Formats: sequence, C-alpha cells, structure tokens
Amino acid sequence: MSYEERLQHVSVLGAAGKMGSGILLLTVMEMADISLKPENKGKAFVLNAIDVSDEALAGVMKYLKAQVLKMAEKKVVALRKMYADNVNLIENEEIINQYVFDAISLVRTSTRLESAFDSRMVFEAIKEDPELKIGIFSKISANNPNQPWFFTNTSSIPITKLDEGAGLNGRIIGFHFYNPPAVQKLVEIIKAENTLPEVEIFARQYAKNLRKIVVPSHDKAGFIGNGHFMRDILHATAEVEKLSAQMPFVEAVYAINKISQDYLVRPMGIFQLIDYVGVDVCSFIMSVMNPYLPSENLHSPLLDNLLSLGVKGGQFSDGSQKDGILKYEKGKPVAIFDIEKRSYIPIAEFQSGVDTKLGDLPAPPPWKTVVGSKTKEEILAGYFKQIKTASGLGAELTRNYAARSCEIGRFLVSSGVAFNENDVNTVLLTGFFHAYGPINNYLD
Amino acid sequence: MVAGYNTIALGTGRKEFNPKKERPGLEEYIKESGQGTLKKIGGAKNVDECVIGNFMASRFNRQANLAAFFPYIDDGLRYKPAVRVEGACATGGLALMTGIKSVLAETAEVVLVIGVEVQNTVKAIYCADYLAGAGWFKNRKDGHAYFFPGQFSDRAGAYFEKYGRDKTRQAFARWFRNAVENARLCATAQEYHNTTKYLEELAMMEPNGKSFVDNLNVFDCSKVSDGASAIAIVSEEGLKRCGIPVSEAVEVIGWGQIEEDITKPPVDPTELTTTKQAIKMALASAGITRDQIGTAEIHDCFTVAGLMCMEAIGFAEKGKGSDFILEGNTARSGKVPINTTGGLIGWGHPTGGTGVHQAVTILEQLTGKAGDAQITINPNRPYGLTVNMGGDDKSLVSIVYKRGK
Repeated sequence: MSYEERLQHVSVLGAAGKMGSGILLLTVMEMADISLKPENKGKAFVLNAIDVSDEALAGVMKYLKAQVLKMAEKKVVALRKMYADNVNLIENEEIINQYVFDAISLVRTSTRLESAFDSRMVFEAIKEDPELKIGIFSKISANNPNQPWFFTNTSSIPITKLDEGAGLNGRIIGFHFYNPPAVQKLVEIIKAENTLPEVEIFARQYAKNLRKIVVPSHDKAGFIGNGHFMRDILHATAEVEKLSAQMPFVEAVYAINKISQDYLVRPMGIFQLIDYVGVDVCSFIMSVMNPYLPSENLHSPLLDNLLSLGVKGGQFSDGSQKDGILKYEKGKPVAIFDIEKRSYIPIAEFQSGVDTKLGDLPAPPPWKTVVGSKTKEEILAGYFKQIKTASGLGAELTRNYAARSCEIGRFLVSSGVAFNENDVNTVLLTGFFHAYGPINNYLD
Repeated sequence: MVAGYNTIALGTGRKEFNPKKERPGLEEYIKESGQGTLKKIGGAKNVDECVIGNFMASRFNRQANLAAFFPYIDDGLRYKPAVRVEGACATGGLALMTGIKSVLAETAEVVLVIGVEVQNTVKAIYCADYLAGAGWFKNRKDGHAYFFPGQFSDRAGAYFEKYGRDKTRQAFARWFRNAVENARLCATAQEYHNTTKYLEELAMMEPNGKSFVDNLNVFDCSKVSDGASAIAIVSEEGLKRCGIPVSEAVEVIGWGQIEEDITKPPVDPTELTTTKQAIKMALASAGITRDQIGTAEIHDCFTVAGLMCMEAIGFAEKGKGSDFILEGNTARSGKVPINTTGGLIGWGHPTGGTGVHQAVTILEQLTGKAGDAQITINPNRPYGLTVNMGGDDKSLVSIVYKRGK
C-alpha cells in the first residue's frame, strides 16, 4: 500500500483533545492536498474524528474550519495551481473557500469506536492510560480487516508495551507531537522493538510532509521530552521544599519559578509550565513512567498534595490558562497558591522581599530577545559567565538548576533514552522553545 | 492648484495600526481630507464643484455613490455638483484632470478634489483580488495569487534577462532605501516610523516564488494603505475668491492623459510604453524638456515600475535606469529628487488617493511648504512632474506644474 493509499482512510482517536485536534488539523491538510492531485480524482478520502462527546466534536469542527482557512490563506500560491483546472474558481477568495470546503468535507465526526474499523491508519491521542490504549487498539485491530497502523501520541508509555499488549505485531510507532501540534516543529519518533520498517518509513515521510523536525528516541518511558521535563519538575519541587525552611511556601515557589524563567532564560517558569500542561497531567505522566524506572522514584508528593486540594491548572477550550499553582490574569501570573491557607496570595505582597533575598544578580537577557538573535551564543556565554562568579542565593539556585538540567540531559543519553546529546538539545530547543540546549558548557 | 491636505497613510508600519482594532472608515478619511482643504480656501461657500476619486470602495468598503459624501464633509456642499471618477491606481490623476477640465470649461472657478482608498478592511491576499480589478478580469484565472506583484515580477524578470539581474536588484534596493529615508521626513507617511538601519541590505532579500512572486520581494512593493488626499483646483478668479496669494499656488502648465487597451499584454515588458507616451505629451504641452524638471512624483507601485519610469521620462536610456538610480540622481540630494515624501513605497499607496497625493507633494515642494521633507528647487529646473499609472501601464495621467507668479 502506497503512502497515499494509506492516507485514504484515517481515524484520529481523542480528536477533540488539545493534541488530537492539532493532529486532526495537520492530517486533514495533508489528506486534502493528496486528494486534490489530478490522479486521485474520484477516490474517496475519509478522516474520522473520534471522541466521546458530540459537543466537543462540534467545537473541534469550528476550530478546524478556522485553522484550515488560516493555513489556506498562507498557501494560496500553491492552491491556485491545485485548482488551475477549475474554470469557475477565479479569485483567491473563491479558491481558498473551495479548499476549506474540500478539506472539511473529508472529516466525519463520530463518538463510536466502530468508525475506525475501516481505517488504514489510526492516530491516537487519548488519555495516558496504558490499559485504556491497549484495550482500544485491540478492539480496532480485531475488527479491522485492513491491518491498520497505529500512531500513538503517548509521551510516556513504552511503545513495546502497547504493541505487545494489543497484539499488533509491530504495526505501531510512537509519533509524539508537541503542544500545540500545528505550531511546534518537533516530533519524537519512537520505534517499538518490533515496529515494522515500513511503518517507520511512512512515519518519516509523513513528518517530512508536515515539515516537522524529527528526533528519534529509544523506547524508554517518557522518551526525551518528558524524560527531561519530569525530572526538571522534581528538581524544582525539591528546591521549593528546601527553600521552604527559610521562607514561606509561596515565596519559595515564586523564587524557583523566577529562577527557572528569567535567570535560566526560558520562555516560562517551571511552575507556569506545569500549570500549562496541567498539574494532573504531570502527576499522571510520572505515575505512568515510574514503574519502568526501577532505579528512580519519579513521584512528587507536592503535586499530589496540590491535586488533593483541587489545584489542577490546564487550559480552557479557547486556549487560555486556568488557575493552577499560579493564578493568572490576562495570561500572566499574579498570585501563588498557599497550601496552608488554601488560597492564592498576590505575588505583589512578597515579590520585592524575595527578590532581595535572591541577591544582586547579573541582569538576564530576556528570552524573547535571545531566542531569535543571531548572536545568541555570545549573549548566553557572556551572561552565564557572570552567573558563574556571582554570589548570593539567586546565583546559587540558578547554577544548581542549570547543572541539574545538564545532568538530566546527559543521563538521558547514558541511560539509553536518547541516541546522542544533540538530540536532547534539539528536543528542548524545538519542543520546549528553550533558547539553548541543557547540555552545554556555559557554566564549566 | 492650492490648499493640499493629506491624512496619514495608515497600514503596517504605522504605530497606530492594529489590524485587530477598529480604524477610521472611508467616510472619516473623506471628511478629514475634505475639511483640511476647505479650511485653507475659506470654507465650502467658495466651492463650485466637487470631484472624488476612488478605485474600489464597492468591494473594500461595500460602498458606492461616493459623490454623495461631499455634503457629509460640510453642509455647505449640499446641492452642489459632484462626481466620482475611477481609473484604478490612476484614479487620483483622473480626479485632478476632471477638476482641471471643469475650470478650463469655465463651469467652475473652484473645484474641491479628493482621492481616497481604505483597503485594510481585508487581508492582503483578498486585497490582491480586489486590486486585480485594475487588470482585465479574463486574465485573472491565469494570473498570480498576488496579481499585480505577479505582473510586475514578470516585467522584472524580463528586465533582468535583458539587462542583468544583480545591478538591477541593487537599484531596487536603493530605490527602497530612498523611499523610506524620504518617508521618515514626512509625518503622514506610512514608513514614517521605520527605524531599520540597513535598508538596502534588507531589501536585497532573495525573492521567494513559493510564497510570493519570483522576481520581487515585499520591499519591492508598495504596501496596503488607507488614506486620503485633497486639493483645490482653482482659476485665477477662484484664487482671488479664496484669498490665497498666487505664490502659494502651483500652475498646471501641461498634461498627458491617455489610455491603452486593457485586454492587450505589454508591448514590451521591459518598458512602460504608455507611461512614456503620457510623459512625452505632458512635456510637449507644457513646452518644456525633461532637463527642466526639478522634482517628480512618480508611480512606484513597485521598485521596478520606479526604475522603468526613469527610463520612460528619458532621465536614463533604456537599460540604464539602474545606473541612474545607483549614481544617486534620484535621491533627495541628487540631480532630480524623486518621490520626496516617500512615494508609493514610502509614503503609502491608498490606490484611489495616490494621484492627488502626488499633486499635494509637488504643491508643497514648489511653494516651500514641505516641512522637514523640503528640498531645494534648482532655479534652472523650476518644474514639477507627476506620473500616475493605473493597471499595468494602461491608464496614465502625467501633469507638469510650476509655482504661481
């Protein structure tokens, strides 16, 4: 079966979710472009958007239409060529609208798993629950005569476990998009022990057509992305616990969030990132990864505690940030949740006091300026050189944080998760928008 | 002509511009420019007739019957004759010609002329659809997504092939730099806030046919602009009525106003043949030579059009336009400063308003009222020239001006 034939009948599971809707968008654009080739005229292309709620699926169709329109506007030069034969489509507006119509027409929403029984490939972006995934894959595989391929977006579960559990005989691969899939350039590709070579060839072609940067990862729980992120969280929470001996909890959270954003020159602080992903999701990912990591304990009592108090984070359906460990106004943190008082304390109440405790640090270059700068290396080398010799609590926390991030990166290579250090850095640069890779010699 | 007024040219580049926020509409631009000129001529009571030039409000703003906006400018314009004219990007020039002919026909002593376009109502990709109306609609299907950039990219490609690419592209980049540097001196210009240091280097960006057109980059193109300009066309009698000294006016001493067949491809893609003819007629009717022109406002909707216009005027021989520009002749300190407030690329190109804006700039320069953008007019070259082009070298208005005595 050719690449294009494989893409004639596709299902996306969890299509109404944050990741699933992005995968749906990218896939519908790819399928539409293929279906519009002259040689494919008359062939049917079907993309099932499967999820549990009709309401959520209705929302996804609105999102899809708006996003396909935006993307069509950007590629109108190519679209005019695609529709060159249709004499009735003359203006850009007519061509763009027709493309949106043609693309959206490929999508069928469904709340029934049975819709996937005719598909040739299945993208999966449902809950990070190995048993749930195995159950669904087994059911589809048993009822689908096409021997479908499964592309799982899991960020933490070993693919081999899913392959074996569902009896797929290698018809599966880890295809891990970053959030949001339509924007983030990175895709981690993870082969199970028995992944069929043709599945990997297809995965790479598909990633290339979507203009993604591919980083391969070994099939170890959490792969590179969460392998770094989860351990980074544990470093942060450990530092907060230590600091809590000398300052209130909210001040410690503020301090570490500030260190991990401003002083490490990252796009957002670690606690804001946890909120962005969801406290529950982070905690759950750790619990999924932990059984596969016998020499470590990937578990955060602090996150559990916060969850038990109802602190969850995550996003509203329009993409705006819900309150979590931090409270947000117009997307910016304004208060921090106090575990003792069970309420948010405004940052303004303690900000200057904590800043004083952190000491007189060299002014960090703003992430926004650094990330796009041609002289990025120079700026960062110069800044970290100052951090290296600076004294005070803030400088020490910054050095420790950077050193631990580097250590995690190296560990991902030595423990056989990443193929090499460069892959680790690429994941952090492209999947997390860091300005520099964690494995560097800035502080040597 | 007297009493010129320009609104700002609003669009990307201006600090006030935010595509997500509400902006002034067509009527506000008409009102602001109209009142600006009325104020300088003693009010609406002095006006005999009105002309409004607009290209495509019917699509950009879903508005027609624009002549009926004159009474909205000032109650004193109620029940006075008014007309709307259209000729694509030469609309402004045609509005001026309509006013000039009314004065010459002695049906009016004072004509209020406005040119206006409000184009940021749609994204650039749809704007391209609307502006494509300046070409023959039967060519639209086979044309480029960005129709006019596509037309002029083809011209640039032909020019590259005939006369060489590298130097020509350098001349385009210099043209861009001159445009922005001039615009920085004019507070109403769209590029007034542009602070880019290395303009020529920026403009040397390699064109990308996959996302735009093959032979031009975005810096080679005028932007999408909202704006209006107004001026009064008056007889000597009208000037007295308005109480304006003759030295504050410019005299129209010649013009060329012609059309070429919209259904035909260019006679020669490396040459603006209609433009050349219109300028020739303008200079002949004024009884002057090109060497007597002190400054010109020419229609640089694209850098390549600017370059070809230098050859059409005869400032440079065919194929030598690049040298003429790169030697600095068109810069504000050069032999013939061109587009001294930025032209279409620097000041902006609210299509239906551009021809009127050109006249306002010449009026200001020749009467010493151009503010920071003022150039010194060489006494041996006392004439100003405007060249306003509609479509791909199809509708042309070229006018010769001299300061009143």
